[in-house]
Amino acid sequence: MRTSVIAIVAVLAGTMGAAAQQKSAADAAKADAAIKAAFPTAPADWQSRFVQDETMKQCSLHENLPPKEIAEEIQKRERATIQYPADGQLMGDWQRGERIAQSGYGLRFTDYPPRQANGGNCYACHQLTKAEVSFGTIGPPLLNYGKNRNFSGADTKAVYDKIYNAQANYPCSTMPRLGANKVLTIDQIKDLVALVMSPDSAVNK
Amino acid sequence: MTKRFLFIVVCAVLAGIPVARAQDETEKALEKYRQMLKEDPWSNPALLDADRGEALWKAAGGPNRVSLERCDLGKGPGVVDGAFAELPRYFADADRVMDAETRILWCMEKLQGFNRADLIKSPHPAGGQPVKDLGAIATYVASQSSGMQFSAKLDTAKEKEAVELGRAIFFRRQGPHDFACATCHADTGKRIRLQGLPYLIQPEEAKKVIGEWPAYRVSNTHVMTMQHRLFDCYWQMRMPQLEMGSDASVALISYLVKTAEGGEIATPGLKR
Repeated sequence: MRTSVIAIVAVLAGTMGAAAQQKSAADAAKADAAIKAAFPTAPADWQSRFVQDETMKQCSLHENLPPKEIAEEIQKRERATIQYPADGQLMGDWQRGERIAQSGYGLRFTDYPPRQANGGNCYACHQLTKAEVSFGTIGPPLLNYGKNRNFSGADTKAVYDKIYNAQANYPCSTMPRLGANKVLTIDQIKDLVALVMSPDSAVNK
Repeated sequence: MTKRFLFIVVCAVLAGIPVARAQDETEKALEKYRQMLKEDPWSNPALLDADRGEALWKAAGGPNRVSLERCDLGKGPGVVDGAFAELPRYFADADRVMDAETRILWCMEKLQGFNRADLIKSPHPAGGQPVKDLGAIATYVASQSSGMQFSAKLDTAKEKEAVELGRAIFFRRQGPHDFACATCHADTGKRIRLQGLPYLIQPEEAKKVIGEWPAYRVSNTHVMTMQHRLFDCYWQMRMPQLEMGSDASVALISYLVKTAEGGEIATPGLKR
C-alpha cells in the first residue's frame, strides 16, 4: 500500500516536473519570438544579438541557478573557449588595465561607428583601487586581491580565466564572458590581469 | 538643488571620505530633496508635463481633429481617474494586453488618426529635451492615479500569459555581454557604481519603486516614462532600440506591475 502511494507520488511529481520543464521551454520560445519582434529597427548585423547560445539558454531557463549536471555541462563548455596569449605572458600593463576598468564604452547602439576601444567597465560592479570610490557591488570587491594571494602564478592564471570567461568557473555568473564573447582582446585582458595581480598596481597598494 | 548634490558628492570624493559615507551623504541629500518635494507637492517639474498632457488629452488633435476624451483606458471612454492603477489590462478592441503608454498610442492612432510609425519612430526625448507628447499624456494619466494602489487584476488567460512572458524576458540573457534584466535587478542592496538597484523580483522592493514612474529625472532634466526606462535598460544591455508598445515591453511592464501589486502609486516621481 505504502509503496504504491510512494510510487503514485513519484509518478505525479515526475509528471509535474516534466510539465513545468515543458512550460518553461514554451515560455522561452515565446520570449525568443517576443524579443526578436521588439527591435524592428535593428540592423542586419545585430540579428545575432537576439540569438542565445546554449549557455545563455540554460541560464535563462534556470534563472541563473542551474541544477548540478547542467552547471557542470556549462563549466566544461565554457572552459573550452579560453584562449591564452601566444607567448604565455598573462600580465600586461596595470595602468592601461585601470583605464580599461574605468571605461564602459562599447557595443551600445550609440557607440557606432566605434570611436575608441571597448572598455571592461569593471568598476560598474567591483571595488578595485582605494582611489576610485565610485564602484558597484554586484561583483565581489577586488581591493588587495593579488596581495592577499601572494601574487601567485596559479591565482594569476585563475584571474585570466575569470576575466576571459567567468562561467568557466561560475556557471551562469552575471559577469560578461569578456574574452569568449570578444568584448575585450587578449591584450586588454592581460592589462586587467596586471591591474588585479601586479604588485605595482594600485589595487595592491 | 542639483548643484548642491553634486557639491556634496564632489566634496566627499575630494576629502577621501569612505564611499559608504559619501553614499550616505548623497542619499541623505536626495532624501531631503524628496522630503521638500513632499512638503511642497507642486515643486516637481514633471507636473508641468502632466499639465501639458492634460491639455493634449482634452484638445482636438491629430488628422481627425478629435480629443482623446473618447479613449477607453479600461474604465470606459474618457475615464482617466484611477485608470492607470488598473493597467496593464487586456483590451478586447485591440485584442491584446496594453500598458498605459501602449494604450495611449493605440488611441492616438485609432481615434486621432496619427500614423503609428511616426509616433514610435523616436518616442523618447534626448537628454535635456522635454518628454514627447505621448509621454506627457502618460504622465497626466498616471498622475490621476497617484495615491492609489496598483490593482491591475492580470487574471485572464492573456494577461497571465503576459506576466509569465515578462518573467521569462526578465531572465532572458542575450547580446555580447550576456545581459538580462536579472543581471542588475535580481538581488537586494546592490549598486552599479553608486547607483542603487532595486530587487525587482521581490514584491517589497518592486512596490517601492514601480509606482514612481513616470518620473522626473534630475540628471536628464526631463520626465522619463516606464517605456523609456526599459528602452534605456536595453541600450545599456547592448541591445537595439526597444520598440514602444512591443509585446516584450508590455509583458515586462505587466510582470513588474504584478510584482508591485498593492504598492502605492506616487507618480510623477523624482529620480537622480
